[in-house]
Amino acid sequence: MTRDLRTLRRALLHLVLAVIAALYLSPLLYMLVTSFKTREAAQSTTPRWVPDPVTADAYREILTSPDSPVLTWFLNSLLAATGHAALVLATAAPAAYALARLRFRLRTPIFSMIVATLFVPPVVLLIPNFLIVNELAWIDSLPAVIVPAVAGAFGVFFLRQFFLTLPAELEEAAELDGCNRWQIFVSIALPLSKPALATLFLLSFLANWNDFLWPIYVLLSPEALTLPAGLGNFQGANNIRYDLLMAGAVIASLPVILLYLVAQRWVIEGISRSGIRG
Amino acid sequence: MRWWTPYAFLAPYLALFTVFMIVPIGFGFWTSLHEWDINLPAKPFVGLGNYAELFDPGSVDGGRFWTAMRATGIFTVASVPILVVLPLLVALLMNGRFAGRNVYRAVYFAPYVLGVAVVGLLWRFLLDGNIGLVNHYLGLDVQWTTDLPPAWIALVGVTVWWTLGLNSVIFLAGLQDIPRELHEAAMVDGAGAWRRFLAVTLPGLRPVLVFVVNATILASANMFGQSYLITAGAPADQTKTAIYLIAETGLRQFDMGTASAMSFILAAFLMAASVLVFGAFRDRRRP
Repeated sequence: MTRDLRTLRRALLHLVLAVIAALYLSPLLYMLVTSFKTREAAQSTTPRWVPDPVTADAYREILTSPDSPVLTWFLNSLLAATGHAALVLATAAPAAYALARLRFRLRTPIFSMIVATLFVPPVVLLIPNFLIVNELAWIDSLPAVIVPAVAGAFGVFFLRQFFLTLPAELEEAAELDGCNRWQIFVSIALPLSKPALATLFLLSFLANWNDFLWPIYVLLSPEALTLPAGLGNFQGANNIRYDLLMAGAVIASLPVILLYLVAQRWVIEGISRSGIRG
Repeated sequence: MRWWTPYAFLAPYLALFTVFMIVPIGFGFWTSLHEWDINLPAKPFVGLGNYAELFDPGSVDGGRFWTAMRATGIFTVASVPILVVLPLLVALLMNGRFAGRNVYRAVYFAPYVLGVAVVGLLWRFLLDGNIGLVNHYLGLDVQWTTDLPPAWIALVGVTVWWTLGLNSVIFLAGLQDIPRELHEAAMVDGAGAWRRFLAVTLPGLRPVLVFVVNATILASANMFGQSYLITAGAPADQTKTAIYLIAETGLRQFDMGTASAMSFILAAFLMAASVLVFGAFRDRRRP
């Protein structure tokens, strides 16, 4: 009796979860399906879940049209996201190491100031950072979308937490062997921190790849845009060409979906344990 | 170790931190005290004039600003309860060991990794009044992107679809940190499922709950892409959020003094909201 009840409950649980899962995946599936439809079929009032005929015209058109240099946007996004994530690691890792492991007079005030900025609403940075980026003559170029967000406190905070958990004995032994601090950092702390560094790289890459508000205002000319910014503008100009828009959306989704499939565990765990937000 | 070694480790980060975090906070406030157009050489000091204008709902900028603040308020109030309760329910459903659990978790989380541009384009299509799937399957003839209140339902619904998985995995991580012994002890004492939820789960989840509520309020109050891509602020700027207006005012019309003043007023509201949340969730059993 109770076993039947338990089986029933389990089946019900799976039913509920599967229905939600279907609601979650079907919009994405429809995006993919529509991207392989003809222009007319994409506009049809009766939805079809199998394109008939199947065509790659939308991809061909959006990839070759001068209004939508998608390959350039893709490359810009890839360079920006990779550059941003690399710069986050290069600056946050030594800073976090110093704050976690080295003793110096200003350690507490510096760390407190960095943490305090986690509570500053980012909206107040929007206008002044635009003006600063403009002074640096970075408007309409990739440094504008690579550099400013590196100042965020998250990376330092995240890596410091990790460095604090590393055993100090290894470092002490290396110090006795005559290693200086930089050598200890590079040859002991960093190799032990690969999972944390990889997680931070991944989260920074995703955040930058998906960033939307900042790039649409600091990147102006069509060939300078990142993929989300380019697609946003493209929609403004072509809001009824859903075949093209869905093809563009698929292209923009592919890298992050691939990353997600490969590193799903790290992404979810990194985000749920640290609460980074887009 | 030389005295300057730690500072050498910190220098690259602190340089960027200074230029793009510390300086902008002060510089933004300084800008808000001026009539500041990036293209005009003269940037006259106006004191608190920009703020005074914004607090006068009869002025052009003041009228626009409070319409946008209202939009931000409506969206936040409508979305946050759903974005807290639904993910908590999903997390409770998934808080057990059963086959396929990680697959469900991965599926619910998937939209969040896509980013708002893809989500916005996709739902602009699905919500299309004439050919959209939403109207088709619901058997409705609603203009989701241009009418009120449907536009709010659409924007909240899309946001729930996009970020439900995020809050769910955070709750799930919190649920798994609650020691099993507490549940077992409560069961031995004869507590039912609801009683255990109130006496064990909710108190154990309190720090996570505070974090999620606060982070969700901040995220909702900063909603931009959904509105930009799905409704473009329609109808008549009623769904143009505060951050959308700030970006348009400062970075399209280059009225940067007014836009900066707007951003500080919005920031004051956001910080007040955080203080309220932390106050409301304070642990009253501790002095």
